[in-house]
Amino acid sequence: MTDDSIGGLIDPKHPRFLKRDVMIYSYYERFWHWSQAALIFTLFFSGLGLHGTHGLLDFRTAVKVHTVAAIALVVLWIFTTFWNFTTGQWKQYLFKKGIWPVIRFYAWGILCSEPHPYKKSLQRKQNALQSLAYMSFMVLVGPALWSTGVVYLLYDFWSHYPWAGEALTYTAFVHTAAAFIMAAFVIIHIYMTTTGKTAFHYVRTMITGYDSIELSEVEEAYIQETKTVPMKPSQVIK
Amino acid sequence: MILHAWARRPVFAIAMAGLFLCASGTGPVRAGELQGEAGTAEAAKAPPPAPRPSNSTADHSKFEALRGPFANGSEVTKACLTCHNEAGHQFQKSVHWTWEYKNEKTGQTLGKRNLVNNFCTNARGNEGMCAMCHAGYNWTSANFDFSKQENIDCVVCHEQTGTYYKTPTTKGNAACSIMFEGLKPIDWPKVAQSVGRPERANCGTCHFNGGGGDGVKHGDLDSSLTNPPRELDVHMSKELNFACTKCHLSKKHIIAGSRYDMNAHDTEGTGKPGLRRDVATCESCHGTAPHPKNQLVGFKLNGHVAKVACQTCHIPALARGGVATIVDWDWREAGKTKDGAGFSEETYVQGNGEHRHTYRSIKGAFTYGETAPEKGRELLPYYAWFDGQMRYTTIDTAFDPSKQPVPINSFQGSYEDPKSRIWPFKRMHTVQPYDKGNNTFVYMHLWGEDKDAYWGNYDFGRAIEVGMKENSRPYSGQYGFVETYSYWPTTHMVAPKEKALACHECHAKNGRLAALAGFYMPGRDHFEWLDWAGYLLIAATFVGVILHAMLRGLALCYRKEQKHD
Repeated sequence: MTDDSIGGLIDPKHPRFLKRDVMIYSYYERFWHWSQAALIFTLFFSGLGLHGTHGLLDFRTAVKVHTVAAIALVVLWIFTTFWNFTTGQWKQYLFKKGIWPVIRFYAWGILCSEPHPYKKSLQRKQNALQSLAYMSFMVLVGPALWSTGVVYLLYDFWSHYPWAGEALTYTAFVHTAAAFIMAAFVIIHIYMTTTGKTAFHYVRTMITGYDSIELSEVEEAYIQETKTVPMKPSQVIK
Repeated sequence: MILHAWARRPVFAIAMAGLFLCASGTGPVRAGELQGEAGTAEAAKAPPPAPRPSNSTADHSKFEALRGPFANGSEVTKACLTCHNEAGHQFQKSVHWTWEYKNEKTGQTLGKRNLVNNFCTNARGNEGMCAMCHAGYNWTSANFDFSKQENIDCVVCHEQTGTYYKTPTTKGNAACSIMFEGLKPIDWPKVAQSVGRPERANCGTCHFNGGGGDGVKHGDLDSSLTNPPRELDVHMSKELNFACTKCHLSKKHIIAGSRYDMNAHDTEGTGKPGLRRDVATCESCHGTAPHPKNQLVGFKLNGHVAKVACQTCHIPALARGGVATIVDWDWREAGKTKDGAGFSEETYVQGNGEHRHTYRSIKGAFTYGETAPEKGRELLPYYAWFDGQMRYTTIDTAFDPSKQPVPINSFQGSYEDPKSRIWPFKRMHTVQPYDKGNNTFVYMHLWGEDKDAYWGNYDFGRAIEVGMKENSRPYSGQYGFVETYSYWPTTHMVAPKEKALACHECHAKNGRLAALAGFYMPGRDHFEWLDWAGYLLIAATFVGVILHAMLRGLALCYRKEQKHD
């Protein structure tokens, strides 16, 4: 112990909780989030161009952009899956109890200034609704998009089969449908970022990585000692 | 007037100058020069290609046998055969000689000798005129002796002086024969000694003028290819200067690339060096993956090779060389006279400035098509899945006149069929006579000195009756007119790669392939209800979040007011 003032203050029987600015989203997590966001926007925009919804991109350009962005996103996801499992962050996405209070909060409580029913912590960054949403994004909508996208991309390798015509039709259907669902997801996701303490609080958090988290003294001491997670100096005056 | 426009031959020049341009005193000129006078087309301005240096091991001008004198072409042929003693046997098996092609796959007997077309309708029975394009001499009637090798015309394909010409094998009506009179006699020894491998001008003598005039038939073969700029054809322009035989390879005088038996999807590619002499496909030189493999777009385009013929993208439009092609022919209009005589009208001015017939009493009314951007004209191909196998409505085939247009030739093909690809065609529409009682096409007796020839008496009834009788075809005695289509696969006039079709020409809602069904194409196809559902979902989500935001705002205001109280 180098700082005995902390060690001396901890009373395990009566834990005190302190609000500290902790980097809850690591550098990689933020890189993943924002590059994924950029790629998904690029894919959606160029995809709508390919679909014929808008004519802002020449078809050839749209194919190039869409393909390059898709390959980049697949690489990013492969890498992120690896990251999620090696860091144990995948547990963040597991189903949590208490989804109804969260739904109730967004439907009603938020209008009446009720406090958010979910307490963010280092181990529980996401509330139950978020976890469910991201999980379904990662196991349903995402795979529906990338699997059909990869199949679509490799069309030239199977186009000679007699069933290719039908297969391409189904592939296109699922890809398009999943893209629409993804779009709805993104709209809601972006809207939800405005529901924090201020309209830009969550966005700022996602940019800087820091959020104010309630830590127990033990946690605070542990982080301070081990520096496992960056933490800003305490604002509390001694 | 009958005119087979002879692109590079004096007979053509004289006929054109004397009869159509109304100029007088014009001496023999080559087709390129004539176009230069008449028009402004790029093709006409391009300098003529330098004579190809001969790689031959023999100088034909030094052969004793070719010194002459020769009284006629047959004597030249006999001289050729004294050395080339297999050539006659070989050539007798060629369609250029037999005008007959037996398609083993369909069992149909085809060839000019048998088929009905939707231009002048039938060569059979009109050999006196049509056999001007037979690589032989003296085919005047159905009784031609195909076994006589001295009847072969070697020089039409091989001579290189440009002074050789052919005239109809029979005289025809006076009105027609006049344009072949007074021609400069052929210098047979000079012609015979000039022989070499066929050049574009040799093949073009007939193939540029199919259907009865320059560019009439194909839309991708006309006199502009004698000396084309790169913009018109990358292979035949002076940079590469391909002769037709560069792609249409021959083996024992049998030339590859007949439209009677096409390979719509060549999966073999280049093959081993020197081995492939039976194809004239793009793939036989360019391979089956011709675009850059290390680029995304190139990779994607190589994928298209499985489903899209090279021609579909690389020949962006038809008749681009300043010479128009006929797209519609109405035989019902034929036979009008002025003061008892036939007449013609030339109201169409094509890209290179030449006037073209829009009406001729002997043939009817013509509509032209061409791609001439400076005149605001564009002629796009007809696109279809094509498996390479043409089936013909022959003189024997009864058809259902309630289903018009009747296809002169038809084909199959689909997305599922690996032999098929999307091909461009020139589609020719014609209204032509048919046997109303038997529902078949008819052979018309058009050319002849007799009183029954249509090109003289303008009487369809008699021309058909005699045409059918002379060729032992049953005729009900009643004729009518039927609409027909013929389909001409497009394969020449390959544009520079930067002028190939852009992706969005097809990958668009109303693109060039809008009419092709049975497969999903990105950019063109949609699932209508899914689109509706999708856009609705996005709209509803937007509305939802906006409403939620408004409620939040209201609630905040409400709370603030409460606080103030």
